[in-house]
Amino acid sequence: MTQTSYAELIGVCAGALLLTSVLTVWYRSQRASVRALGAQGVALAALVAVVAIDRAEAELIPVIALVLVLKGLVLPWVLTRRRTPAAGARAGADHGEETMLLNPVAILVAAALLAVVAYAVTWPLVADSLSPAAHAAPVGVAMVLIGFLVLLTRRRAISQLVGFLALDNGIATVAFLISGGVPLLLEFGASLDILLVTLILVVFSRQMRTVFGDTDVDRMRELHD
Amino acid sequence: MAFLLLLPIGLPLLLGGLVLAPPLRGLRRYSGVISSGAILVAGIAAIVLGSAGGSPLGLGGILRADALSAYMLAVVGAVALVATWGGLRPKEAREPQAAGARPRGAYAALVCVFLSAMSLAVLADNLGVMWVAIEATTIATAFLVGHNRTRRSLEAAWKYLVLAPVGVAIAFLGIVLIYAASTGTATATLSWADLTAHRIHLDPGLVRVGSALAVLGFATKAGLAPMHSWLPDAHSQAPSPVSALMSGVLLSVALYSILRVQAVANAVIGPEFLSALLIAGSLLSLAVAAALLIRQRDVKRMLAYSSIEHMGVMALGAAIGPSAIPAVLLYILSHGLIKASLFVLAGRILAVEGTSAVAEVRALLARRPGIAVPWLIGIVGLLGFPPFGIFFAELGILMAGWSVGMGLGVAAALALLLVAFAALVRLTVGMVFGAPPAAAGSPAVAATVPDRSPHGPAVPLALALGAAAVIPFLAAPIGSVLAAAAAALAGAR
Repeated sequence: MTQTSYAELIGVCAGALLLTSVLTVWYRSQRASVRALGAQGVALAALVAVVAIDRAEAELIPVIALVLVLKGLVLPWVLTRRRTPAAGARAGADHGEETMLLNPVAILVAAALLAVVAYAVTWPLVADSLSPAAHAAPVGVAMVLIGFLVLLTRRRAISQLVGFLALDNGIATVAFLISGGVPLLLEFGASLDILLVTLILVVFSRQMRTVFGDTDVDRMRELHD
Repeated sequence: MAFLLLLPIGLPLLLGGLVLAPPLRGLRRYSGVISSGAILVAGIAAIVLGSAGGSPLGLGGILRADALSAYMLAVVGAVALVATWGGLRPKEAREPQAAGARPRGAYAALVCVFLSAMSLAVLADNLGVMWVAIEATTIATAFLVGHNRTRRSLEAAWKYLVLAPVGVAIAFLGIVLIYAASTGTATATLSWADLTAHRIHLDPGLVRVGSALAVLGFATKAGLAPMHSWLPDAHSQAPSPVSALMSGVLLSVALYSILRVQAVANAVIGPEFLSALLIAGSLLSLAVAAALLIRQRDVKRMLAYSSIEHMGVMALGAAIGPSAIPAVLLYILSHGLIKASLFVLAGRILAVEGTSAVAEVRALLARRPGIAVPWLIGIVGLLGFPPFGIFFAELGILMAGWSVGMGLGVAAALALLLVAFAALVRLTVGMVFGAPPAAAGSPAVAATVPDRSPHGPAVPLALALGAAAVIPFLAAPIGSVLAAAAAALAGAR
């Protein structure tokens, strides 16, 4: 692969990641947010494939499969799955509109500002590097910050989970762009941890619906000082 | 000798699997105690082998037990033994299980997984494996925090499971950057034995940002302000033996990971940067804990804020540097033993009094001396009175800080410690002393016959509190073990 086409492919993948990241904040519907998250997982797998071809690292092939299956398919499926039709009917309201703390325009402006901040903070670290991949690393940091934004502005349990997973995708993006990924053992350990955290949070959100009636985290205000 | 490294990780996992099988009721009850005992024995054996002069035990570049890891393993075992043995409940009745209820063995199995994850965290020779283990402790404890299935425990578990993994994810970003700093060299590595060895040149810019993020992330698990907000909720809503484990030793394991990251950063960019970060976190934690202890109304929340306070002092010790590390390590052990005992006792108070509200627990010494006496001894140790280890450890940290020219930070910490001290004294005096309420409403018999039963195993508490009082005077084994552990952190071997 020539250096130019490599840089272009990295740019396309990074752009897709940033775009899906913004979509997770922008969509009001939880279902659409989760779909954007799935698209982001696929884009991340494509990015890993580009990095793998450029570095000619066979070790990254299982990582591509892992990212594609876990972040592109399994995690979005876990988030939208309904246990029983009855529970699904009750959950209908939960999968619908999200009550937002900020209006969509403010959210988009905030996301843009965060992207600028990410570039300002990260650029000095990667400016010396000759690799086009490292130059795209600020995109990963922007995704982390936008993930935080989702976590802070959404009140529904599943939406907060989307924020958490978007944040995690951002960290994975930084890892692949800046160092070609982490050692395989750590990659698998981290993926397993993320999967378990997500499953447990989904279980808790079900319990929350049983106990509190819905999954608005603002209902939980009993513990304070 | 690889067996010694695998035992504390493998045995709890094995027991955790076995207790899910229905016929093993007896094993289920004692699985946590057996696991803790095995971890303690393995830790002491590793210390003895290490001090005999052998090279650190290692296994495939993934596990490694130098003097510091061995010491931390022994601390995990000792504190866990107090928590699990002291927390043994009366035998469960054989009533049929309600439909949809969680399987009976789940609690015991998760405690075993939790112990195994903590052992892995202190034995890992690799920042990445250590990270996975720390995240695994969160996963294992999430259901334990929500075990009671009340509105409050669900709220605490949710906050815990959102905030802690986000914090730990930030630490992962930091570790990724540290790894990226090493990819510029011939050997890309996350082994802290290699990273601290000064043999390889790491990119200082990446290490600076990476170590700051890693410390920030692990500080979330260590309960340092301003990332502490999950801690009082989780520690107060979890079943008491789990609170004892989380407050007594999980916080210290997180602090241990901060110390390891700090050692890597010190080798590359020098100590000043992380020192400033840790001092800020330390003083903020002390301030938050002192402010919220003053008006605290719940016994277990009181202990949780006291943990934030003590973690603040330990972080100050970490910021001061090598001269304070032996005192920090003594602090970890003493605080773990005392705090675990107190949480176990808080669980017994909750069980017999039916409330954990400070205002409703009165005249404990006159009514229930069996619980009040160990409680009082534990609080005295927690407040930092001699002969308990916390006194000597605090003194060591403050003196070390003074001698390296951090007088201002030390003075501020001391002032905040005094506020927390006064608050804790006021709450304890209110709970323990005083005459039993007049017979209005309550049967007169209850007022005249004090309840001397300790309401649970008394031996582990006596051992823990006794050990916390004796350990600082054992210069021969303990002093040299602490010195060797501190030297191992600095990469001396």
